[in-house]
Amino acid sequence: MVAYQGMIAENTCIHGHNGDLIEAYVARPLGVQSCPSMVVIHHAPGWDEWIKEVTRKFAYHGYAAIAPHLYSRSGPGSPDDVAAAARAAGGVPDAQYIGDATASVDYLRTLPTNNGKVGIMGFCSGGRHAYIAACRVPGIDAAVDCWGGRVVAGPEQLSERSPVAPLDMTPDMQCPIIGIFGNDDKNPSPAEVDRTEEELKKHGKTYEFHRYDGAGHGFFAVDRPGYRSEQATDGWKKVFAFLEKNLDGPAR
Amino acid sequence: MCTWICEKAPVVGSGKGAQGWFAINSANVAYDHPVHAPLDHAILIDFVNSTMGPSARVAVEMDPQSAMGLVRAILTALNEGALQPMLEGITEMPDLAAPALALAR
Repeated sequence: MVAYQGMIAENTCIHGHNGDLIEAYVARPLGVQSCPSMVVIHHAPGWDEWIKEVTRKFAYHGYAAIAPHLYSRSGPGSPDDVAAAARAAGGVPDAQYIGDATASVDYLRTLPTNNGKVGIMGFCSGGRHAYIAACRVPGIDAAVDCWGGRVVAGPEQLSERSPVAPLDMTPDMQCPIIGIFGNDDKNPSPAEVDRTEEELKKHGKTYEFHRYDGAGHGFFAVDRPGYRSEQATDGWKKVFAFLEKNLDGPAR
Repeated sequence: MCTWICEKAPVVGSGKGAQGWFAINSANVAYDHPVHAPLDHAILIDFVNSTMGPSARVAVEMDPQSAMGLVRAILTALNEGALQPMLEGITEMPDLAAPALALAR
């Protein structure tokens, strides 16, 4: 007989940076005593259907997961309208993101099923955010950077909203990190991935990078033309193996 | 890649959104990931009223070649509308004036 499997998934609100009330999508497995948790950071197009599918994917695999809506303050409205408003405003300041990610970690740690371990995963701009969280958000045990652009950033790419290049935060990295990249990507380019790897090595950080031929940017997203089935399937396998090792496995 | 490229042009006019017509005050033009168009990157144009909240938006997404065609169509329509002096008066954008006039012709 197949073991019982169920989950609950719903919108909620948490108090993010500065105590602001922000939306979040939460999914968690039912019928488990203990499980690790994941923060899921959306890509630039926003808090969309696909990022909620990813959140449920974690629950399916035995993790409690939360996807904070980083653009909440640009709402209310439908997520795509709100994402457009956030884009016009220049995106989310890094300090605000760090506050929202910290609140997401705190939320997950209040769950009675939390096994004491919390990881973070992000895509595209969210991959950059995952890298930042590994260095700046307290209590992160593992980070997954999927093709985060602008981890390597020159002075011309820095601003009041993003005053420090994530690469320069590397000495403060507090947890293992896995990176998933497509070799046809232009941001991050293979050369930028090399530069990031060099910095991680230099500071003795625990990391594993996986680079895929025949894939560009965002190749996990099943609803995009850049989806690459074979590479994405292998990438997810690598991600879950990494998380099982660093977050004490899935639900029990 | 998320480019975060977003240019804004003040607009005087109206747009028709999900709730009907409304006054618009800006066209926000980005080159980034689309929401709906089956493209990795696209020209994204949002005609918005920034005082009415994010839902006051008429959104279009198109590939770059389509966007060039749109630019050409706008300039041609302006030209045919006897607005040549306006086109020749784009002195604040000298780099754009010549190619814009060439496109319109």
